[in-house]
Amino acid sequence: MPIIEVTSEITGNVWKIVARPGERLEEEAPIVILESMKMEIPVTAPEAGVLLEVCVLEGSTCSEGAVVARMEV
Amino acid sequence: MTGADRPGRLSRLLVANRGEIACRVMRSARALGLSTVAVHSEADAGSMHVAIADHAVAIGPAAAAQSYLDMDRVLAAAQGSQADAVHPGYGFLAENAAFARAVEAAGLVWVGPSPQSIDDMGDKERARALARAAGVPVLPGSDRFAPGVPLDAVGAAAEAVGYPLLVKAAAGGGGIGMRRVDEPAALAAAVESTQALAQRAFGDGAVYLERYVARARHVEVQVFGFGDGRAVHLHERDCSVQRRFQKVVEESPAPGLAIDRRDAMCEAAAALARAQHYRGAGTVEFVVDADGGEFYFLEMNTRIQVEHPVTEMNTGLDLVSMQLRLAAGESPAPARQVDVRPQGHAIEVRLYAERPARGFLPATGTLARFDLPAPTDDLRVDCGVRAGDAITHWYDPMIAKVIAHGATREAAIDRLLEALSAIVVEGVETNLAFLRRVIGHPAFRAGAVHTGFIDEHRAALLAP
Repeated sequence: MPIIEVTSEITGNVWKIVARPGERLEEEAPIVILESMKMEIPVTAPEAGVLLEVCVLEGSTCSEGAVVARMEV
Repeated sequence: MTGADRPGRLSRLLVANRGEIACRVMRSARALGLSTVAVHSEADAGSMHVAIADHAVAIGPAAAAQSYLDMDRVLAAAQGSQADAVHPGYGFLAENAAFARAVEAAGLVWVGPSPQSIDDMGDKERARALARAAGVPVLPGSDRFAPGVPLDAVGAAAEAVGYPLLVKAAAGGGGIGMRRVDEPAALAAAVESTQALAQRAFGDGAVYLERYVARARHVEVQVFGFGDGRAVHLHERDCSVQRRFQKVVEESPAPGLAIDRRDAMCEAAAALARAQHYRGAGTVEFVVDADGGEFYFLEMNTRIQVEHPVTEMNTGLDLVSMQLRLAAGESPAPARQVDVRPQGHAIEVRLYAERPARGFLPATGTLARFDLPAPTDDLRVDCGVRAGDAITHWYDPMIAKVIAHGATREAAIDRLLEALSAIVVEGVETNLAFLRRVIGHPAFRAGAVHTGFIDEHRAALLAP
């Protein structure tokens, strides 16, 4: 089973982590919600699979292109 | 304006905001002879609103929670700078009743509605009940359902609301935690997943159901209340063209809306303001069925709105000046509905630092070049940044508003397109080209606006 990296398309603050490692996710299910420019922007699963790891902490800053999570798909 | 024209009780105004709205509020304050105090975060020390203010107070680090949203720091800045009034702008603390109470308790004048009005309209359920009591139609909706509620109870409520419907997080906002359900078979899964997401995102898993209007328009009515049970409406604005649940284009009058509906909507909004003894500027938002024309109350915003210049261009009024005069104890004109006489058509577009082709994600960077057209009687640009400024992820992505007026909608469109073609932005990606395509699109010219407009015309609007 291939492992993929889920990256952030924007720079923002990590507001909430809404999925847990081990959880089975549908495509486009939110993993982390970032706060950027007053908007809450979800980082979602690019395809269905199992969440292995969330690589950011709530409250931290996340740069554009940074790895937010790893999934097995 | 001379000191003799200055509103009696006020002499120094603190503006608890940043960017274009801080600049815009200060412009009216200065015209009334008031001195102005800016507050700013560390990231904003060199920004435009600080430069144009008479005094400036640093209130904390870049994060809004520790600066612009920190009530104690903003209040201390007002007291330390001998301000006698506070204008909140929009966003940040503008609809925070606790802040309004703290300002008043400190003996300062709050330029806004009463804390009670802010509380009443800030609670979605109470606002709906007050609207219903004032005779304003509301969208069919259900009670709240906490996680664990038997699903047959939710099913019965869904039948009463009617399909298609939205499952919405009670504590949510901005489109997070919202699912559309078209048929009973899909209800249970949508309710459970929305409850789970709401619990994790907001710490409150309660959801409610609301009728979904398939082809909806967003039309709002500007009201101004005098705090004593009198209120006028300043006509409507159509704000249907949206992306990510945020407005992109606003105009008045609303194109193609039957005059009797429009009048009924405006009168309903004024009635709600009167019933509350509303004080100052407010906006009553409606969802309008684009096909049938029925309108339903959505919410009331108890503050000056981003798109208020649309109304100002048509009516010739200065809403911020009216707010300040009312706060100073005067009774600003227009006192009667017959005195409000809008002329022509006005359209506003919001210039955002964002990437339309990538789902309208926000963009950051430094403005290497930022050229704007010169204002005229029929063209206004409200802006809070200039070349050299950094657009950071800390704050709102809107960098300017461009508002064009004309005798007709066609004339306003042509003037706006001309203005947009004169804008040059370098260093930060924006939606400028996208705005030109929206305003120039045949369906927009035809007035066929609804909240799905951008999706419907995606291919033409977002082509490379």
